[in-house]
Amino acid sequence: MTYTDRELMVIAAAREIGDGELIFVGMRLPLLAGMRLPLLAFALAKRTHAPRALGLFENGVVRESPAPETPFTMSDPPNIAGALWSTTTGNIMALLQQGLVDMGFIGGAEVDRYGNLNTSYIGDWKRPKVKLPGSGGGGDIASLAKRFVIIMPQEKHRFRERVDYITSPGHGDGRDWRRRVGLRGGGPSALITTLGVFRFHSETKEAYLASFHPGQTVESVRTQTGWDLRVAADVGPTPQPSAAELEIVRSCDPRGFWTR
Amino acid sequence: MPTGRTCQGVSANCAVGGTRSIVGAVSKLASMRDAVARLVPDGASVCLGTGLEAVIPFAGGHELIRQGKRDLTLIGPISDMLFDQLIGAGCCRKVVAAWVGNVIAGLGHNYRRAAERGVPHPIEVEDHSNFTLALGLLAGSLGAPYIPTRSLLGTGILESNRSLKLGTDPWAGDPLVLVPAIVPDVSIVHVQRADAEGNCHLWGTLGVSREAALAARAVIVVAEEIRPREQILADPNLVLVPSLKVGAVVHEPWGALPSPCQGFYSSLARQVGAGRSRLEGISGSARDRDPGASQGEGAPPLRSPRLRGPLMAHTALLHDLNVFRARALPAQPLGGGIGRGAEPPSEQ
Repeated sequence: MTYTDRELMVIAAAREIGDGELIFVGMRLPLLAGMRLPLLAFALAKRTHAPRALGLFENGVVRESPAPETPFTMSDPPNIAGALWSTTTGNIMALLQQGLVDMGFIGGAEVDRYGNLNTSYIGDWKRPKVKLPGSGGGGDIASLAKRFVIIMPQEKHRFRERVDYITSPGHGDGRDWRRRVGLRGGGPSALITTLGVFRFHSETKEAYLASFHPGQTVESVRTQTGWDLRVAADVGPTPQPSAAELEIVRSCDPRGFWTR
Repeated sequence: MPTGRTCQGVSANCAVGGTRSIVGAVSKLASMRDAVARLVPDGASVCLGTGLEAVIPFAGGHELIRQGKRDLTLIGPISDMLFDQLIGAGCCRKVVAAWVGNVIAGLGHNYRRAAERGVPHPIEVEDHSNFTLALGLLAGSLGAPYIPTRSLLGTGILESNRSLKLGTDPWAGDPLVLVPAIVPDVSIVHVQRADAEGNCHLWGTLGVSREAALAARAVIVVAEEIRPREQILADPNLVLVPSLKVGAVVHEPWGALPSPCQGFYSSLARQVGAGRSRLEGISGSARDRDPGASQGEGAPPLRSPRLRGPLMAHTALLHDLNVFRARALPAQPLGGGIGRGAEPPSEQ
């Protein structure tokens, strides 16, 4: 059975969605090929283990079923028609701030060992080497959702000891940082990359490698990690996608536009 | 000017006073050229792109470029690539936004050039998230000085955006982010339909359009269709913003393209995206989209056709056709309508 790393990421992300949960799907993962992965993960979860999950989008949309076709932007007509609610951005963000959203998906150009994300500036923000597009809704999801899942391509220069700028707060400098700065949301619970799945230590809040994707090893992941990588005691390969999961992902993305 | 009224500048009195005391409808129909010339002086703060990814008023933005506006403050959460175009055209002094780029292709190269190298000239950037921008406009719409939020605590946004302040909940003692009111001189909102006075209906994606229109000192309504007043006011709950806020109504079919407009058209990307290769053709190479790959090497030159050329040319062409149509043809006959629009559900 063959599949792409992006298909595996979609399937791993879908497994992070619990049944009956309110999921901030959003759309704005910063790298093109990753942009629609949360939407596909939501579609897959709905059709497998989480039929009662609900999806939120920051343009003001609440959906109980995935759009009939994978839209090119979250505001294209297929993502609006048949929505449970199409309202203002403020009303969606209000649900988030009330603490009702169980999980959200976000990405970034850079991540660090505590799951802080940068989508704003590479280098000093006063004299940036690269000006990135900015937060969108990412900073809000990271601040306010009960937990969030990061989806990113893994390359050493993106996996930093410390990001240059925190756009979307992870666990800060670890431990009880979020509580100290006043953040109510629980922070990142998983980091899904092209090479493996990371989770965050319950006390130190540092990311550790929980599983490596088929074809990878602990060492191959380590070489693409910019900090001294910690590894789960029971680290092993990421579970293989099932044929049924792959079939659903491909039916949602028949041309392989987002996953090939 | 169809209104027969003169109104210079963008003061609240000007935008509002023209119609407030008038009983019955007063036409504010104007060409885009006249509306922008009258309501958007150089140096104005302009809120546009309030539908997040939909109903981005590209026609209005392109008219700002055409008239060579300077020193504008652009306000909007996510503007597709409109802010990027305005920055590249040298219209912008300051950006107040949550996200500036290209919703299909990723990075905004004009934005990068301006922020990193001051080309065509330096810009000031006020970083927001979608929520804090929405709250700033909401505070403006409420006439409140600020609104507190729990979002963005501990982030760099509180450092780079000096307008956001850290405060304390006076009751519970918790840290809060205080978002000051944002009051644009003018908001340009694209809607499906409006009457000649500026009463309008927007459906599908709302984003921050309502807050933006209510917060602004004046509103330019850009509509796919002009409809009779009694039809718009048959369901006044659906009116986005009272016409007393509206300074001009522009009839500009297709004026949001390449962004989508519910009931009228999909995004241009979706329309041409029937085949993968064709979309890749307009969205550039992997390098164009990948901030990591181009680190330290600067952005591709403006003349690069890879990313912006074909799509810009396409939108410019469509837009010029619109302008031609708007100038050559009279406004839609009242009551006619084109009949393409899906009606909002509660309208009879």
